[in-house]
Amino acid sequence: MAAFLQQVVSGLAQGAIFASLALALVLIYRSTDVLNFSQGEMATFTTFIAWSLMNQGLSYWPAFALTLVIAFAGGALVERTIIRPVEHRPEIVIVIITIGLLIALNGLTGWIWGAEVKSFDSPFPNRTTEVGGVVISIQDLGVLGVCLATVFVLWAFFRFTTLGLVMRAVANSQEASRLMGVRVGWMLALGWGLAAALGAVAGMMAAPTVFLDPNMMLIILIYSFAAAVLGGIDSPVGAVVGGLVLGVLINVLGTYVDFVGGELRLPAALTVLLIVLLVRPQGLFGHRVVTRV
Amino acid sequence: MGRWRPLLGKAIGPVLFALGIVVVALLPRFMGEFRLLQFTLVAIYVIALLGLNILTGYSGQISLGHGAFVGLGAYICALLSLGRPGLELYMIDPPGWLPLGDGMRPVFTIPIAALVTGIIGFIVGIPALRLGGISLALATLAIAVSFPILMKRFSEVTGGGGGLNLNLPETPFGWDISTRHWLYYEAWVTAGVLFVVAWLLVRGRIGRAWRAIRDGEVAAVSAGVNPALYKTFAFGVSSAYAGAAGALFAIETSYVNPDTFPVGLSILLLASAVIGGLGSLAGVVFGALLYEFLPIYAQKPPIFSFDFADQAPAVVFGVFLIVIMLLLPGGVAGLFRVVARMVRGGRLRRAAPPGA
Repeated sequence: MAAFLQQVVSGLAQGAIFASLALALVLIYRSTDVLNFSQGEMATFTTFIAWSLMNQGLSYWPAFALTLVIAFAGGALVERTIIRPVEHRPEIVIVIITIGLLIALNGLTGWIWGAEVKSFDSPFPNRTTEVGGVVISIQDLGVLGVCLATVFVLWAFFRFTTLGLVMRAVANSQEASRLMGVRVGWMLALGWGLAAALGAVAGMMAAPTVFLDPNMMLIILIYSFAAAVLGGIDSPVGAVVGGLVLGVLINVLGTYVDFVGGELRLPAALTVLLIVLLVRPQGLFGHRVVTRV
Repeated sequence: MGRWRPLLGKAIGPVLFALGIVVVALLPRFMGEFRLLQFTLVAIYVIALLGLNILTGYSGQISLGHGAFVGLGAYICALLSLGRPGLELYMIDPPGWLPLGDGMRPVFTIPIAALVTGIIGFIVGIPALRLGGISLALATLAIAVSFPILMKRFSEVTGGGGGLNLNLPETPFGWDISTRHWLYYEAWVTAGVLFVVAWLLVRGRIGRAWRAIRDGEVAAVSAGVNPALYKTFAFGVSSAYAGAAGALFAIETSYVNPDTFPVGLSILLLASAVIGGLGSLAGVVFGALLYEFLPIYAQKPPIFSFDFADQAPAVVFGVFLIVIMLLLPGGVAGLFRVVARMVRGGRLRRAAPPGA
């Protein structure tokens, strides 16, 4: 039982990373109505920036904070420069642009920092603690804590500030918001900035365990897509719950089902996802989309 | 001249196609073995991109997993042409229910690979397309990432990470040309046939239904088109094309390995299809040339005296993709259409943005 709980806790830590990136995807999906395929590469790029900052002698938390600011600015810049011109074009055009950004950023990361794997410092001690017979690593607890704290801050921002309210209004109806005098374009850029910052948190939390290389977020991105779809692609709560559930699920499956083992976690997770979707296409917390014919 | 103009417009497609045949037939005279290999690969990419263009350009869906279907076709070709006796040399003993036979001439595995890959694509497409929206892109991305993992995991069939070596086939019928020449013609004849098939598909009833779905699914439904059926069919057809390309790829390179078909292959194939021109069959030729030669020239630019990093091609591909989508949604083919219209003196309109 203790071993099982141990798997659950480390699954939650992994799931928290999926949840952060999934929430970033949902943020953009709700405001711009598009899945951002470059979300993972944006996170990787900013994590490399954090690595460079720390190499310049900055200590962890200042580098962390500075990276969030840079990520925010970068995300907003991407929206302003390459997403805004195609805002009203069909979904497929925007998706292809985000795929172009994925390719370009992946190449650029490798070009600037090289393709070899780098280690990334963790702010948390490499120790374990014992709670009721369950051995828990401090690293896992820290990751879980940072991700959930970020999600909480974001929730509070959307719930309690005027700016958050305005952004929710834009996600709800751009037309109506514009008529109320909201600068819709800037709100969308703000959404992309927040999503990029959220992705940076996921990247910096993942890097100590998966190590830093240009492709490090690809698999995580797919898990996050899965988490977002599982929770309901338009539901922030769903993204967080979906991420945590998926993290625990793949850890337990990988440990206790011999056939799955270490290698088949991804295909196994996707199969589970597919089954869920065929039964409940809108996900756990999403809304059914009705198209009027 | 004026009244001949419409006729000229109609004739330009077949004329270009005939011209293409002449160029393809004559090219080997001017090339060494290495160039020949490169242009054989171009034919193979033409086939893969034809399938992708049918899917993305005509029926308006995105696949980020075509590399996996190319890989599937390659593995089917390798397993069938080695057969059980050939696999025994690798200490591979696939389960008895797999109909592998005793090995066959590689060229005959091409239609089988296409058929099997097409059917698998169709089956995969059913749940993915039922979900609608962007879920096909997600599902196919997941397939692309899983493919190498699965090939390594089920090594009792695939040979695992070590891959499988094929024998380079000999030129048949006692023809007096080298194997490389034979493979070149084999690839280009297959590409030509599949090009015509694609053209017949997109110009007829099915193509009309695809375009109707692409340009407005709701309107297509009210016109009596069943989108799920046609979309799944498009995915099946495009997978079959990928399978044929994969089989040819295995024959040409005489080697299959899980890491030959990484997720990057899928993503760059889509990028090439888009840059070549969505919704234009001629565009796939540009796309294929780009896919083969851009990485070489982006790394060693002819005008600079130094090499760029390995990652330079990816950056160029990505930037191209974004710029094309922003400025020229018709891709290279669309650019040619614009130029042709200017030359003919017609009024300049925006290049038709297919899929857009």
